[in-house]
Amino acid sequence: MSAARPPLGPDRLRIEADQVCVDYNGTMALHDASLRLEAGCICGLVGMNGAGKTTLFKALMGFLRPSKGYIRINGLSVRQAQRQQAVAYVPQSDGVDCAFPVSVWDVVMMGRYGSMNLLRVAGASDRAAVHHALERVELLELRDRPIGALSGGQRKRAFLARAIAQDASVLLLDEPFNGVDVRTEKLMADLFVQFRKEQRSILISTHDLSHVRNFCDRVVLINKTVLAYGETSEVFTPENLSLTFGGLPPNLLMGPTPSRENER
Amino acid sequence: MTLLLAASTPLTWLLEPISHGFMLRALLVSALVGGVCGLLSCYMTLKGWALMGDAVSHAVMPGVVVAYALGLPFAVGAFVFGVGSVAVIGFVKQKSRVKEDTVIGLVFTGFFALGLVLISKIRSNIDLTHILFGNVLGISDSDITDTLVICAIVLAVLLVLRRDLMLFCFDPTHARSIDINTGLLHYLLLSVLSLAAVAGLQTVGIILVVAMLITPGATAYLLTDRFDRMTLLAVASSMFSSAGGVYVSYWTDSSTAGCIVLVQTFLFLLAFFFAPRHGIFRQHQS
Repeated sequence: MSAARPPLGPDRLRIEADQVCVDYNGTMALHDASLRLEAGCICGLVGMNGAGKTTLFKALMGFLRPSKGYIRINGLSVRQAQRQQAVAYVPQSDGVDCAFPVSVWDVVMMGRYGSMNLLRVAGASDRAAVHHALERVELLELRDRPIGALSGGQRKRAFLARAIAQDASVLLLDEPFNGVDVRTEKLMADLFVQFRKEQRSILISTHDLSHVRNFCDRVVLINKTVLAYGETSEVFTPENLSLTFGGLPPNLLMGPTPSRENER
Repeated sequence: MTLLLAASTPLTWLLEPISHGFMLRALLVSALVGGVCGLLSCYMTLKGWALMGDAVSHAVMPGVVVAYALGLPFAVGAFVFGVGSVAVIGFVKQKSRVKEDTVIGLVFTGFFALGLVLISKIRSNIDLTHILFGNVLGISDSDITDTLVICAIVLAVLLVLRRDLMLFCFDPTHARSIDINTGLLHYLLLSVLSLAAVAGLQTVGIILVVAMLITPGATAYLLTDRFDRMTLLAVASSMFSSAGGVYVSYWTDSSTAGCIVLVQTFLFLLAFFFAPRHGIFRQHQS
Protein backbone atom coordinates (compact mmCIF):
# COMPACT_ATOMS: atom_id res chain seq x y z
CA MET A 1 0.00 0.00 0.00
CA SER A 2 2.82 2.39 -0.63
CA ALA A 3 2.02 5.20 -3.02
CA ALA A 4 3.88 8.31 -4.03
CA ARG A 5 3.20 10.88 -1.34
CA PRO A 6 3.58 14.61 -1.67
CA PRO A 7 6.74 15.97 -0.08
CA LEU A 8 6.64 16.84 3.58
CA GLY A 9 6.21 20.54 4.17
CA PRO A 10 4.71 22.60 6.97
CA ASP A 11 1.86 23.86 4.78
CA ARG A 12 0.79 20.31 3.97
CA LEU A 13 0.68 19.05 7.51
CA ARG A 14 -2.66 17.75 8.69
CA ILE A 15 -1.51 17.17 12.25
CA GLU A 16 1.45 18.84 13.86
CA ALA A 17 2.12 18.12 17.52
CA ASP A 18 5.22 19.58 19.04
CA GLN A 19 6.55 18.43 22.43
CA VAL A 20 3.03 18.02 23.76
CA CYS A 21 2.58 17.31 27.46
CA VAL A 22 -0.86 16.46 28.81
CA ASP A 23 -1.68 16.28 32.50
CA TYR A 24 -4.61 14.12 33.40
CA ASN A 25 -5.88 14.31 36.98
CA GLY A 26 -2.46 15.26 38.23
CA THR A 27 -0.54 12.54 36.41
CA MET A 28 1.44 13.07 33.24
CA ALA A 29 -0.49 11.06 30.64
CA LEU A 30 1.68 12.17 27.76
CA HIS A 31 4.98 13.99 27.70
CA ASP A 32 7.09 15.47 24.93
CA ALA A 33 4.97 13.84 22.26
CA SER A 34 5.87 15.16 18.82
CA LEU A 35 4.16 14.06 15.66
CA ARG A 36 3.75 15.29 12.11
CA LEU A 37 1.15 13.85 9.80
CA GLU A 38 1.13 15.13 6.25
CA ALA A 39 -1.96 15.26 4.06
CA GLY A 40 -2.98 11.93 2.60
CA CYS A 41 -1.44 9.39 4.89
CA ILE A 42 -2.67 6.43 6.85
CA CYS A 43 -0.98 6.24 10.19
CA GLY A 44 -1.23 3.55 12.83
CA LEU A 45 -1.14 4.57 16.48
CA VAL A 46 0.22 1.66 18.45
CA GLY A 47 0.66 1.30 22.18
CA MET A 48 -0.47 -0.64 25.20
CA ASN A 49 -3.63 0.18 27.13
CA GLY A 50 -2.88 3.26 29.17
CA ALA A 51 0.02 4.24 26.92
CA GLY A 52 -1.74 7.49 26.03
CA LYS A 53 -3.59 6.66 22.80
CA THR A 54 -6.89 7.97 24.11
CA THR A 55 -5.15 10.98 25.67
CA LEU A 56 -3.56 11.85 22.34
CA PHE A 57 -6.95 11.55 20.60
CA LYS A 58 -8.55 13.76 23.21
CA ALA A 59 -5.82 16.34 22.83
CA LEU A 60 -6.24 16.29 19.03
CA MET A 61 -9.98 16.81 19.44
CA GLY A 62 -9.44 19.65 21.89
CA PHE A 63 -10.91 17.87 24.94
CA LEU A 64 -7.62 18.06 26.80
CA ARG A 65 -5.38 21.09 26.64
CA PRO A 66 -1.65 20.45 26.52
CA SER A 67 0.17 21.85 29.55
CA LYS A 68 3.21 22.27 27.34
CA GLY A 69 3.85 22.25 23.62
CA TYR A 70 1.28 22.89 20.91
CA ILE A 71 -0.97 21.09 18.47
CA ARG A 72 -1.91 22.41 15.05
CA ILE A 73 -4.40 20.86 12.68
CA ASN A 74 -4.24 22.01 9.06
CA GLY A 75 -2.01 24.79 10.38
CA LEU A 76 -4.78 26.02 12.69
CA SER A 77 -5.34 25.82 16.42
CA VAL A 78 -7.40 22.83 17.54
CA ARG A 79 -10.29 25.17 18.38
CA GLN A 80 -10.33 26.70 14.92
CA ALA A 81 -10.07 23.25 13.35
CA GLN A 82 -13.10 22.16 15.40
CA ARG A 83 -15.10 25.08 14.07
CA GLN A 84 -14.20 24.00 10.54
CA GLN A 85 -15.33 20.43 11.24
CA ALA A 86 -11.82 19.32 10.32
CA VAL A 87 -11.53 16.44 12.77
CA ALA A 88 -13.87 13.45 12.88
CA TYR A 89 -13.79 10.79 15.54
CA VAL A 90 -14.99 7.28 14.76
CA PRO A 91 -15.82 5.63 18.08
CA GLN A 92 -15.15 2.07 19.18
CA SER A 93 -18.00 -0.38 18.65
CA ASP A 94 -18.95 -0.24 22.33
CA GLY A 95 -18.39 3.51 22.54
CA VAL A 96 -22.03 4.41 21.87
CA ASP A 97 -25.43 3.26 23.08
CA CYS A 98 -26.61 0.85 20.37
CA ALA A 99 -30.17 0.83 21.70
CA PHE A 100 -30.53 4.56 21.04
CA PRO A 101 -33.58 5.20 18.85
CA VAL A 102 -31.85 6.54 15.75
CA SER A 103 -31.63 5.18 12.22
CA VAL A 104 -28.50 4.80 10.13
CA TRP A 105 -29.56 7.89 8.18
CA ASP A 106 -29.93 9.90 11.43
CA VAL A 107 -26.44 8.88 12.58
CA VAL A 108 -24.79 9.90 9.34
CA MET A 109 -26.75 13.17 9.33
CA MET A 110 -25.11 13.98 12.67
CA GLY A 111 -21.91 14.52 10.71
CA ARG A 112 -23.61 17.51 9.07
CA TYR A 113 -24.78 19.23 12.27
CA GLY A 114 -21.71 21.40 12.54
CA SER A 115 -22.37 23.04 9.18
CA MET A 116 -26.11 23.50 9.73
CA ASN A 117 -27.90 26.42 11.39
CA LEU A 118 -28.90 26.45 15.06
CA LEU A 119 -32.03 24.38 14.51
CA ARG A 120 -30.06 21.76 12.56
CA VAL A 121 -32.52 21.67 9.69
CA ALA A 122 -31.10 19.49 6.92
CA GLY A 123 -30.95 21.10 3.49
CA ALA A 124 -30.63 19.50 0.09
CA SER A 125 -26.81 19.58 0.23
CA ASP A 126 -26.87 17.84 3.63
CA ARG A 127 -29.13 15.11 2.33
CA ALA A 128 -26.95 14.70 -0.74
CA ALA A 129 -23.82 14.42 1.41
CA VAL A 130 -25.45 11.78 3.64
CA HIS A 131 -26.71 9.86 0.61
CA HIS A 132 -23.27 9.92 -0.97
CA ALA A 133 -21.53 8.88 2.27
CA LEU A 134 -23.93 5.95 2.71
CA GLU A 135 -23.21 4.86 -0.85
CA ARG A 136 -19.51 4.87 -0.21
CA VAL A 137 -19.81 2.56 2.77
CA GLU A 138 -22.45 0.42 1.01
CA LEU A 139 -25.17 1.03 3.57
CA LEU A 140 -27.68 2.91 1.43
CA GLU A 141 -30.21 0.05 1.45
CA LEU A 142 -30.07 -0.08 5.24
CA ARG A 143 -30.50 3.65 5.79
CA ASP A 144 -33.81 3.33 7.64
CA ARG A 145 -32.63 0.55 9.95
CA PRO A 146 -32.25 1.43 13.62
CA ILE A 147 -28.55 1.26 14.48
CA GLY A 148 -29.35 -1.39 17.08
CA ALA A 149 -30.35 -3.75 14.25
CA LEU A 150 -26.94 -3.55 12.54
CA SER A 151 -24.04 -5.96 12.87
CA GLY A 152 -20.82 -4.68 14.42
CA GLY A 153 -19.23 -4.18 11.02
CA GLN A 154 -22.23 -2.36 9.58
CA ARG A 155 -22.33 -0.08 12.60
CA LYS A 156 -18.66 0.72 12.15
CA ARG A 157 -19.38 1.62 8.52
CA ALA A 158 -22.24 3.89 9.61
CA PHE A 159 -19.88 5.88 11.82
CA LEU A 160 -17.31 6.01 9.01
CA ALA A 161 -20.06 7.40 6.79
CA ARG A 162 -20.70 10.06 9.41
CA ALA A 163 -17.06 11.13 9.19
CA ILE A 164 -17.34 11.20 5.38
CA ALA A 165 -20.53 13.28 5.54
CA GLN A 166 -18.72 15.65 7.87
CA ASP A 167 -16.06 16.01 5.15
CA ALA A 168 -13.33 15.92 7.79
CA SER A 169 -9.73 16.13 6.63
CA VAL A 170 -8.44 14.33 9.73
CA LEU A 171 -10.07 11.07 10.83
CA LEU A 172 -9.38 9.55 14.22
CA LEU A 173 -10.34 5.88 14.31
CA ASP A 174 -10.50 4.09 17.65
CA GLU A 175 -9.85 0.33 17.30
CA PRO A 176 -11.63 0.17 13.93
CA PHE A 177 -10.92 -3.52 13.38
CA ASN A 178 -12.49 -4.80 16.59
CA GLY A 179 -15.52 -6.98 15.94
CA VAL A 180 -15.51 -6.26 12.24
CA ASP A 181 -16.37 -8.79 9.53
CA VAL A 182 -14.22 -9.55 6.49
CA ARG A 183 -16.43 -7.58 4.10
CA THR A 184 -16.21 -4.45 6.25
CA GLU A 185 -12.46 -4.85 6.61
CA LYS A 186 -12.04 -5.03 2.86
CA LEU A 187 -14.32 -2.03 2.39
CA MET A 188 -12.42 -0.04 5.00
CA ALA A 189 -9.11 -0.83 3.31
CA ASP A 190 -10.49 0.48 -0.02
CA LEU A 191 -11.93 3.55 1.70
CA PHE A 192 -8.61 4.34 3.36
CA VAL A 193 -6.88 4.32 -0.02
CA GLN A 194 -9.55 6.66 -1.40
CA PHE A 195 -9.15 8.94 1.62
CA ARG A 196 -5.44 9.10 0.94
CA LYS A 197 -6.14 10.16 -2.65
CA GLU A 198 -8.50 12.83 -1.31
CA GLN A 199 -5.66 14.13 0.85
CA ARG A 200 -7.38 13.15 4.07
CA SER A 201 -5.22 11.81 6.86
CA ILE A 202 -6.21 8.92 9.05
CA LEU A 203 -4.90 8.10 12.49
CA ILE A 204 -5.81 4.56 13.51
CA SER A 205 -5.51 3.55 17.13
CA THR A 206 -5.03 -0.18 17.41
CA HIS A 207 -3.09 -2.90 19.14
CA ASP A 208 -3.51 -5.29 16.25
CA LEU A 209 -0.07 -5.22 14.67
CA SER A 210 -0.90 -7.29 11.59
CA HIS A 211 -3.46 -4.65 10.57
CA VAL A 212 -0.88 -1.93 10.93
CA ARG A 213 1.39 -3.81 8.52
CA ASN A 214 -1.43 -4.28 6.01
CA PHE A 215 -3.10 -0.89 6.15
CA CYS A 216 -0.78 1.82 7.38
CA ASP A 217 2.01 3.52 5.53
CA ARG A 218 3.10 5.34 8.68
CA VAL A 219 3.15 4.28 12.27
CA VAL A 220 3.48 6.02 15.62
CA LEU A 221 4.59 3.96 18.60
CA ILE A 222 3.67 5.44 21.93
CA ASN A 223 4.22 4.68 25.56
CA LYS A 224 3.55 7.88 27.52
CA THR A 225 5.50 9.63 24.77
CA VAL A 226 6.14 9.10 21.08
CA LEU A 227 8.82 6.39 20.99
CA ALA A 228 9.16 6.20 17.25
CA TYR A 229 7.45 7.65 14.24
CA GLY A 230 7.88 7.15 10.51
CA GLU A 231 7.45 4.71 7.62
CA THR A 232 5.93 1.46 8.82
CA SER A 233 8.74 -0.61 7.34
CA GLU A 234 11.36 1.42 9.17
CA VAL A 235 9.63 1.84 12.50
CA PHE A 236 8.22 -1.65 12.88
CA THR A 237 11.36 -3.24 14.19
CA PRO A 238 11.44 -5.85 16.96
CA GLU A 239 13.46 -3.46 19.14
CA ASN A 240 10.93 -0.62 18.80
CA LEU A 241 8.00 -2.94 19.41
CA SER A 242 9.65 -4.41 22.44
CA LEU A 243 10.11 -0.86 23.74
CA THR A 244 6.45 -0.07 23.07
CA PHE A 245 5.11 -3.12 24.81
CA GLY A 246 7.40 -3.02 27.80
CA GLY A 247 9.81 -5.80 26.85
CA LEU A 248 7.37 -8.44 25.63
CA PRO A 249 8.87 -10.55 22.83
CA PRO A 250 7.54 -9.21 19.50
CA ASN A 251 6.85 -12.66 18.04
CA LEU A 252 4.23 -13.03 20.74
CA LEU A 253 2.70 -9.76 19.68
CA MET A 254 2.72 -10.68 16.01
CA GLY A 255 0.64 -13.78 16.71
CA PRO A 256 -2.65 -14.67 15.01
CA THR A 257 -5.26 -11.96 14.86
CA PRO A 258 -8.30 -12.37 17.08
CA SER A 259 -11.30 -14.12 15.56
CA ARG A 260 -13.87 -11.83 14.05
CA GLU A 261 -17.59 -11.63 14.12
CA ASN A 262 -19.26 -12.75 10.90
CA GLU A 263 -21.61 -10.62 8.88
CA ARG A 264 -25.20 -11.19 9.95
CA MET B 1 -79.03 10.48 42.70
CA THR B 2 -79.22 12.90 39.78
CA LEU B 3 -75.43 12.80 39.62
CA LEU B 4 -75.44 9.05 39.22
CA LEU B 5 -78.00 9.22 36.43
CA ALA B 6 -76.17 12.01 34.67
CA ALA B 7 -72.97 10.04 34.84
CA SER B 8 -74.39 7.09 33.04
CA THR B 9 -73.47 8.03 29.46
CA PRO B 10 -69.88 8.27 28.17
CA LEU B 11 -70.37 11.81 26.94
CA THR B 12 -71.37 13.06 30.36
CA TRP B 13 -68.38 11.23 31.85
CA LEU B 14 -66.28 13.57 29.76
CA LEU B 15 -68.38 16.72 29.93
CA GLU B 16 -69.65 16.83 33.47
CA PRO B 17 -66.27 17.33 35.20
CA ILE B 18 -65.26 20.22 32.97
CA SER B 19 -68.48 22.07 33.70
CA HIS B 20 -66.72 22.98 36.93
CA GLY B 21 -64.23 25.81 36.42
CA PHE B 22 -61.64 24.31 38.76
CA MET B 23 -61.78 20.98 36.92
CA LEU B 24 -61.33 22.56 33.53
CA ARG B 25 -58.32 24.48 34.77
CA ALA B 26 -56.86 21.40 36.42
CA LEU B 27 -57.32 19.45 33.22
CA LEU B 28 -55.66 22.05 31.01
CA VAL B 29 -52.75 22.69 33.38
CA SER B 30 -52.14 18.98 33.92
CA ALA B 31 -52.18 18.28 30.20
CA LEU B 32 -49.77 21.13 29.48
CA VAL B 33 -47.35 20.17 32.25
CA GLY B 34 -47.70 16.55 31.21
CA GLY B 35 -46.79 17.38 27.64
CA VAL B 36 -43.73 19.40 28.62
CA CYS B 37 -42.49 16.84 31.14
CA GLY B 38 -43.19 14.10 28.59
CA LEU B 39 -40.92 15.77 26.04
CA LEU B 40 -38.19 16.21 28.63
CA SER B 41 -38.56 12.60 29.78
CA CYS B 42 -37.19 11.40 26.43
CA TYR B 43 -33.87 13.07 27.18
CA MET B 44 -33.88 11.92 30.81
CA THR B 45 -34.35 8.26 29.92
CA LEU B 46 -31.95 8.29 26.97
CA LYS B 47 -29.26 10.10 28.92
CA GLY B 48 -29.73 7.79 31.90
CA TRP B 49 -30.63 10.66 34.19
CA ALA B 50 -33.61 9.09 35.99
CA LEU B 51 -31.87 9.22 39.35
CA MET B 52 -30.70 12.74 38.59
CA GLY B 53 -34.33 13.70 37.85
CA ASP B 54 -35.38 12.28 41.19
CA ALA B 55 -32.59 14.15 42.95
CA VAL B 56 -33.27 17.51 41.31
CA SER B 57 -37.01 17.29 41.84
CA HIS B 58 -36.51 16.71 45.58
CA ALA B 59 -33.74 19.27 45.88
CA VAL B 60 -35.94 22.12 44.57
CA MET B 61 -38.04 21.98 47.75
CA PRO B 62 -36.00 24.40 49.91
CA GLY B 63 -35.83 26.69 46.89
CA VAL B 64 -39.60 26.82 46.69
CA VAL B 65 -39.86 27.70 50.39
CA VAL B 66 -37.12 30.36 50.26
CA ALA B 67 -38.64 31.89 47.12
CA TYR B 68 -41.97 32.08 48.89
CA ALA B 69 -40.42 33.76 51.94
CA LEU B 70 -38.68 36.33 49.74
CA GLY B 71 -41.72 36.92 47.57
CA LEU B 72 -40.00 35.61 44.41
CA PRO B 73 -41.53 33.26 41.84
CA PHE B 74 -41.19 29.61 42.86
CA ALA B 75 -39.30 28.92 39.66
CA VAL B 76 -36.42 31.18 40.66
CA GLY B 77 -35.83 29.39 43.96
CA ALA B 78 -36.30 25.99 42.40
CA PHE B 79 -33.88 26.80 39.63
CA VAL B 80 -31.15 27.92 42.05
CA PHE B 81 -31.51 24.89 44.30
CA GLY B 82 -32.03 22.42 41.47
CA VAL B 83 -28.87 23.43 39.64
CA GLY B 84 -27.12 23.98 42.98
CA SER B 85 -27.82 20.41 44.07
CA VAL B 86 -26.28 19.08 40.88
CA ALA B 87 -23.21 21.26 41.38
CA VAL B 88 -22.90 19.93 44.94
CA ILE B 89 -23.28 16.35 43.68
CA GLY B 90 -20.56 16.92 41.10
CA PHE B 91 -18.25 18.55 43.62
CA VAL B 92 -18.62 15.87 46.31
CA LYS B 93 -18.19 13.10 43.74
CA GLN B 94 -15.01 14.65 42.42
CA LYS B 95 -13.47 15.38 45.81
CA SER B 96 -14.28 12.16 47.65
CA ARG B 97 -14.13 8.43 47.07
CA VAL B 98 -17.87 7.97 47.61
CA LYS B 99 -19.69 6.46 44.61
CA GLU B 100 -22.00 8.62 42.51
CA ASP B 101 -25.35 7.01 43.35
CA THR B 102 -24.52 7.33 47.04
CA VAL B 103 -23.63 11.00 46.59
CA ILE B 104 -26.86 11.66 44.68
CA GLY B 105 -28.98 9.99 47.35
CA LEU B 106 -27.12 11.78 50.09
CA VAL B 107 -27.34 15.25 48.58
CA PHE B 108 -30.98 15.20 47.53
CA THR B 109 -32.23 13.88 50.86
CA GLY B 110 -30.15 16.57 52.56
CA PHE B 111 -31.75 19.27 50.44
CA PHE B 112 -35.18 17.76 50.93
CA ALA B 113 -34.71 17.68 54.70
CA LEU B 114 -33.63 21.33 54.61
CA GLY B 115 -36.89 22.10 52.79
CA LEU B 116 -38.91 20.28 55.44
CA VAL B 117 -37.24 22.22 58.26
CA LEU B 118 -37.65 25.54 56.43
CA ILE B 119 -41.35 24.89 55.83
CA SER B 120 -41.91 24.20 59.51
CA LYS B 121 -39.95 27.28 60.63
CA ILE B 122 -40.88 29.94 58.09
CA ARG B 123 -44.31 31.38 58.74
CA SER B 124 -46.18 30.96 55.52
CA ASN B 125 -49.34 29.57 54.13
CA ILE B 126 -47.48 27.01 52.04
CA ASP B 127 -49.20 23.73 52.61
CA LEU B 128 -46.68 20.92 52.92
CA THR B 129 -49.06 18.33 51.55
CA HIS B 130 -49.63 20.47 48.46
CA ILE B 131 -45.90 20.54 47.77
CA LEU B 132 -45.46 16.86 48.47
CA PHE B 133 -48.53 15.56 46.64
CA GLY B 134 -49.60 18.41 44.36
CA ASN B 135 -52.73 20.49 44.38
CA VAL B 136 -53.82 20.88 40.81
CA LEU B 137 -57.51 21.10 41.71
CA GLY B 138 -56.88 24.14 43.88
CA ILE B 139 -54.24 25.79 41.71
CA SER B 140 -54.22 29.59 42.02
CA ASP B 141 -54.15 32.10 39.17
CA SER B 142 -50.61 33.20 39.98
CA ASP B 143 -49.46 29.58 40.03
CA ILE B 144 -51.04 29.07 36.63
CA THR B 145 -49.17 32.08 35.27
CA ASP B 146 -45.89 30.77 36.71
CA THR B 147 -46.55 27.35 35.25
CA LEU B 148 -47.32 28.79 31.81
CA VAL B 149 -44.09 30.79 31.81
CA ILE B 150 -42.06 27.79 32.96
CA CYS B 151 -43.61 25.54 30.33
CA ALA B 152 -42.94 28.12 27.63
CA ILE B 153 -39.26 28.38 28.60
CA VAL B 154 -38.74 24.63 28.84
CA LEU B 155 -40.53 24.03 25.53
CA ALA B 156 -38.53 26.74 23.79
CA VAL B 157 -35.21 25.29 24.96
CA LEU B 158 -36.17 21.71 24.12
CA LEU B 159 -37.55 22.56 20.70
CA VAL B 160 -34.75 24.86 19.57
CA LEU B 161 -32.01 22.53 20.80
CA ARG B 162 -33.72 19.20 20.24
CA ARG B 163 -31.16 17.93 17.72
CA ASP B 164 -28.19 19.13 19.76
CA LEU B 165 -29.61 17.59 22.93
CA MET B 166 -30.30 14.34 21.11
CA LEU B 167 -26.70 14.24 19.89
CA PHE B 168 -25.52 15.16 23.39
CA CYS B 169 -27.35 12.12 24.77
CA PHE B 170 -26.25 9.81 21.98
CA ASP B 171 -22.62 10.70 21.30
CA PRO B 172 -21.23 13.61 23.32
CA THR B 173 -17.74 12.94 21.98
CA HIS B 174 -18.83 13.60 18.42
CA ALA B 175 -20.80 16.64 19.55
CA ARG B 176 -17.72 18.12 21.18
CA SER B 177 -15.48 17.30 18.26
CA ILE B 178 -17.68 19.35 15.91
CA ASP B 179 -17.62 22.35 18.25
CA ILE B 180 -20.98 21.88 19.95
CA ASN B 181 -20.74 23.19 23.50
CA THR B 182 -21.63 20.07 25.49
CA GLY B 183 -20.91 21.73 28.84
CA LEU B 184 -23.55 24.33 28.06
CA LEU B 185 -26.00 21.63 26.92
CA HIS B 186 -25.38 19.71 30.14
CA TYR B 187 -26.29 22.67 32.31
CA LEU B 188 -29.16 23.75 30.08
CA LEU B 189 -30.68 20.29 30.37
CA LEU B 190 -30.25 20.42 34.15
CA SER B 191 -31.82 23.88 34.23
CA VAL B 192 -34.89 22.85 32.29
CA LEU B 193 -35.07 19.76 34.49
CA SER B 194 -35.24 22.01 37.58
CA LEU B 195 -37.89 24.17 35.93
CA ALA B 196 -39.94 21.18 34.81
CA ALA B 197 -39.72 19.78 38.33
CA VAL B 198 -41.41 22.95 39.64
CA ALA B 199 -44.09 22.73 36.98
CA GLY B 200 -44.64 19.05 37.74
CA LEU B 201 -44.75 19.87 41.44
CA GLN B 202 -47.94 21.85 40.83
CA THR B 203 -49.72 18.83 39.39
CA VAL B 204 -48.38 15.72 41.08
CA GLY B 205 -46.13 17.06 43.85
CA ILE B 206 -42.48 16.52 44.62
CA ILE B 207 -42.73 12.84 45.53
CA LEU B 208 -44.22 11.72 42.23
CA VAL B 209 -42.80 14.30 39.84
CA VAL B 210 -39.99 11.96 38.85
CA ALA B 211 -42.65 9.73 37.27
CA MET B 212 -43.63 12.61 34.97
CA LEU B 213 -39.94 12.98 34.08
CA ILE B 214 -39.20 9.36 33.18
CA THR B 215 -42.28 7.18 32.64
CA PRO B 216 -43.58 8.70 29.36
CA GLY B 217 -40.07 8.52 27.88
CA ALA B 218 -39.66 4.91 28.97
CA THR B 219 -43.06 3.99 27.48
CA ALA B 220 -42.26 5.69 24.17
CA TYR B 221 -38.81 4.09 24.09
CA LEU B 222 -40.43 0.65 24.03
CA LEU B 223 -42.71 1.63 21.14
CA THR B 224 -40.33 3.01 18.53
CA ASP B 225 -36.76 3.08 17.23
CA ARG B 226 -36.96 6.63 15.91
CA PHE B 227 -36.18 9.62 18.06
CA ASP B 228 -38.76 11.99 16.58
CA ARG B 229 -41.52 9.41 16.97
CA MET B 230 -40.38 8.75 20.51
CA THR B 231 -40.82 12.41 21.46
CA LEU B 232 -44.29 12.51 19.90
CA LEU B 233 -45.36 9.31 21.63
CA ALA B 234 -43.97 10.48 24.97
CA VAL B 235 -45.79 13.80 24.75
CA ALA B 236 -49.02 12.12 23.67
CA SER B 237 -48.94 9.44 26.35
CA SER B 238 -48.01 11.98 29.01
CA MET B 239 -50.80 14.40 28.06
CA PHE B 240 -53.28 11.54 27.88
CA SER B 241 -52.19 10.26 31.32
CA SER B 242 -52.46 13.69 32.89
CA ALA B 243 -55.92 14.40 31.50
CA GLY B 244 -57.07 10.83 32.06
CA GLY B 245 -55.74 10.87 35.60
CA VAL B 246 -57.70 14.02 36.40
CA TYR B 247 -60.90 12.39 35.13
CA VAL B 248 -60.29 9.16 36.98
CA SER B 249 -59.62 11.04 40.19
CA TYR B 250 -62.85 13.01 39.72
CA TRP B 251 -65.05 9.98 39.19
CA THR B 252 -63.38 7.85 41.84
CA ASP B 253 -62.90 10.76 44.24
CA SER B 254 -59.27 9.83 44.82
CA SER B 255 -55.83 11.50 44.78
CA THR B 256 -55.26 13.37 41.50
CA ALA B 257 -51.49 12.94 41.60
CA GLY B 258 -51.86 9.25 42.32
CA CYS B 259 -54.31 8.77 39.45
CA ILE B 260 -52.13 10.64 36.92
CA VAL B 261 -49.08 8.54 37.76
CA LEU B 262 -51.13 5.32 37.85
CA VAL B 263 -52.42 5.96 34.34
CA GLN B 264 -48.83 6.60 33.22
CA THR B 265 -47.68 3.39 34.85
CA PHE B 266 -50.56 1.51 33.24
CA LEU B 267 -49.55 2.80 29.79
CA PHE B 268 -45.97 1.75 30.48
CA LEU B 269 -47.12 -1.75 31.41
CA LEU B 270 -49.17 -1.95 28.21
CA ALA B 271 -46.04 -1.07 26.22
CA PHE B 272 -43.93 -3.42 28.31
CA PHE B 273 -46.16 -6.37 27.48
CA PHE B 274 -47.56 -5.54 24.05
CA ALA B 275 -45.12 -3.19 22.28
CA PRO B 276 -44.83 -4.35 18.65
CA ARG B 277 -41.06 -4.97 18.69
CA HIS B 278 -39.79 -4.49 22.21
CA GLY B 279 -42.71 -5.87 24.27
CA ILE B 280 -42.01 -9.10 26.12
CA PHE B 281 -44.74 -10.97 24.25
CA ARG B 282 -43.06 -10.28 20.93
CA GLN B 283 -39.42 -10.92 21.70
CA HIS B 284 -39.70 -14.69 21.66
CA GLN B 285 -41.06 -14.74 18.13
CA SER B 286 -38.35 -12.78 16.36
